[in-house]
Amino acid sequence: MITGDSTPRLAPGVRLQPDRVRGGFNLLSPEHVLRLNASSAAILQLCDGQRSLGEIVDHLAGQFAAEREQLANDVTALIETLQARRLVET
Amino acid sequence: MNAPAPFALLAELTHRCPLACPYCSNPLELDRKSDELAIEDWVRVFNEAAELGILQLHLSGGEPAVRHDLAELVTAAREAGLYSNLITSGIGLNEARLGELAAAGLDHLQLSIQDTEPENADRIAGLVGAHRRKRVFAGQVRAAGLPLTVNVVLHRSNIARLGAMVEEAIALGARRIELAHAQYYGWGERNRAALMPDREAALAARDEVAELRARHADAITIDYVPPDYFARYPKPCMNGWGRQSLNVTPSGLVLPCHAAQTIPGLEFWNVREHGLAEIWRASPAFEAFRGTEWMREPCRSCERRDIDHGGCRCQALALSGDARNTDPVCSLSPHHGLVEEIAAAGRKDRYVMRGRPAR
Repeated sequence: MITGDSTPRLAPGVRLQPDRVRGGFNLLSPEHVLRLNASSAAILQLCDGQRSLGEIVDHLAGQFAAEREQLANDVTALIETLQARRLVET
Repeated sequence: MNAPAPFALLAELTHRCPLACPYCSNPLELDRKSDELAIEDWVRVFNEAAELGILQLHLSGGEPAVRHDLAELVTAAREAGLYSNLITSGIGLNEARLGELAAAGLDHLQLSIQDTEPENADRIAGLVGAHRRKRVFAGQVRAAGLPLTVNVVLHRSNIARLGAMVEEAIALGARRIELAHAQYYGWGERNRAALMPDREAALAARDEVAELRARHADAITIDYVPPDYFARYPKPCMNGWGRQSLNVTPSGLVLPCHAAQTIPGLEFWNVREHGLAEIWRASPAFEAFRGTEWMREPCRSCERRDIDHGGCRCQALALSGDARNTDPVCSLSPHHGLVEEIAAAGRKDRYVMRGRPAR
């Protein structure tokens, strides 16, 4: 269960990296490349295992003109999806 | 032809290997040690690969650990910005070398096991004690903090133990297991009658994998490569020729796939003479089967031509005598009867073991 206190981080063996040729960011893992959209990349750059989900949302709210509740939903949905694919841990 | 940027490079650092598995993906004629690329060549190739858009580097062989400069190669991969995956038997690596690889920035390690029954595993590997050493090695991988995948090549003498393989991989600390049926090229083609499971066993394996995925969903990811001789449509080999990935052989030839050298008349270019981008975009071997123009019927007008990409060129050659034909594994191929004959033919128990490269 993901809460505002969860501290998401990339799973071992997973790397977030800018793509020099195609632009944007990729999430690299064994045998797999996930191309990220700009908002997913912005969220994952904050997932360092230190910041809580609440702090990540606060940070993004300061960065983008978006409602905090909507941001919280987006961040939670992304973390849940990537956790199910073993790319993120909490 | 316009070639998209590739994603992955398989670097076959050497054909030397302490094992002699009968399904080895190396060619029948192995590159000798004296022909292997020097580290300077590989470092240049890694940098050119990153510039070309390649993201993932698979360090393979043979056994890549027989190269004493492996940690330097990993450092070069890291500096080029490539995600590095070491594909190893574990034989020849110890705690100290693993520590060096981890410190050099290795991202992930893939360990092969041959079976869960040690005696049969060692028989397949052609090395007594190999399985025991692999179990010790897996513990060292975890201790070094490296994420681990276990891979097992499936065939008639181990296919009954899928459940045990998944349990062993979990016990070894792997978060991912690759269960891939043997492919019948090169050494595997020579050993086809000893490797190919019966139809019933192949179909049962598919169902068992589905059950194992559900049962162990919290512990491990299972990637499964089915045996294509029992399928209705062919595998989309390499996700299409020259579309996503390339192989560099120990002596520097750049291939669209492992077995491409079995196709007569293809001209491969060498990284000693050409840049990687030029080879990817313009070398005759990569251009030969890109897109759909080269296709014959029934592929040419098939609605699956951009899904299957005609299947496998090397298999089309090996079975029908012409690499331009539809992969005979496809039930629509006029040569499909050959596949059914082979699948129904008698089986053997003895292997022709893989040879050793000359010095």
